[in-house]
Amino acid sequence: MTDHQHHVVPVKVYIAILIALLVGTAATVWAARVDLGAMNIAVALAIAIAKATLVVLFFMHLKYSEKLTWVFAAAGVFWLAVLIGITFSDYITRF
Amino acid sequence: MHSGHAAGGGRPPALAHHFDDLEQQKEASTLGMWIFLVTEVMFFGGMFTGYAVYRALYHEAFMAASDHLDLKLGGINTVVLILSSFTMAMAVHAAQTSKRKAIINWLVLTIILGSVFLGIKYVEYGDKFHHHLVPGPHFEFAGAHAQHAQLFFSFYFAMTGFHALHMVIGIGLLLWIIALAARGRFSAEYYNPVENMGLYWHFVDIIWIFLFPLLYLVGHHK
Repeated sequence: MTDHQHHVVPVKVYIAILIALLVGTAATVWAARVDLGAMNIAVALAIAIAKATLVVLFFMHLKYSEKLTWVFAAAGVFWLAVLIGITFSDYITRF
Repeated sequence: MHSGHAAGGGRPPALAHHFDDLEQQKEASTLGMWIFLVTEVMFFGGMFTGYAVYRALYHEAFMAASDHLDLKLGGINTVVLILSSFTMAMAVHAAQTSKRKAIINWLVLTIILGSVFLGIKYVEYGDKFHHHLVPGPHFEFAGAHAQHAQLFFSFYFAMTGFHALHMVIGIGLLLWIIALAARGRFSAEYYNPVENMGLYWHFVDIIWIFLFPLLYLVGHHK
């Protein structure tokens, strides 16, 4: 068994992620002020997903975690997609 | 082969009886918290889905309602929570490197930032109450879409309310972890509670990372 459960992430990685998250926040606010029509929500969600991914991979150490942890994290994403997807398949087909 | 990382040959004191070694214990502990967080994803996911449906149906009303949220305060809160995730990550780092005082200091900073967030939410909620934007018998909304705007505020209070409740619980847990840290319970050999505290706190941050643009940035705040 390897020791990578105890992988200590260097502080400068945390600082880089912090800066990226703050830049992402500024980008979200800035993008909201530009009229992109239907794309506004897509851009906002894309930035939010990117920020969440950074938090999950580095702050939550998923990048350095066991494969089994990855399976459960992926399951969360999958079932959320099912929840949203199937709910919307109902609403967008109502006329 | 698993090694117990035991200091001195016997079972380490932090090793519970039903695990073979600290490595296995940590894996189980971390996985358990991830599983709980997946249930939390589904819990908030339901509310996000409901919000998404009604925002799609009543976009004009939701845009008008969202304009009543204070973008500056929401933005500050987003920055505050991101900083608190950084301080939380640093606390885990301190635990991994056996720096007892640093663990406590970083956790205290995390609590301070979390409290700032809640203070700002308190101000925001007070403002909503003052302007009759709390759903219920006293709700008032100028404009054509009053009923649908009330729906926006129902989601606003439900989602930010449950998020704030998670923050309060998180701060309570942080106080408990600080107490354990003060008693010297954590080191490079065993720091599972600090790691799991971090996972929970980062998750609550992620929820806000989605709440902020979806609630505060619906229209184009000019």
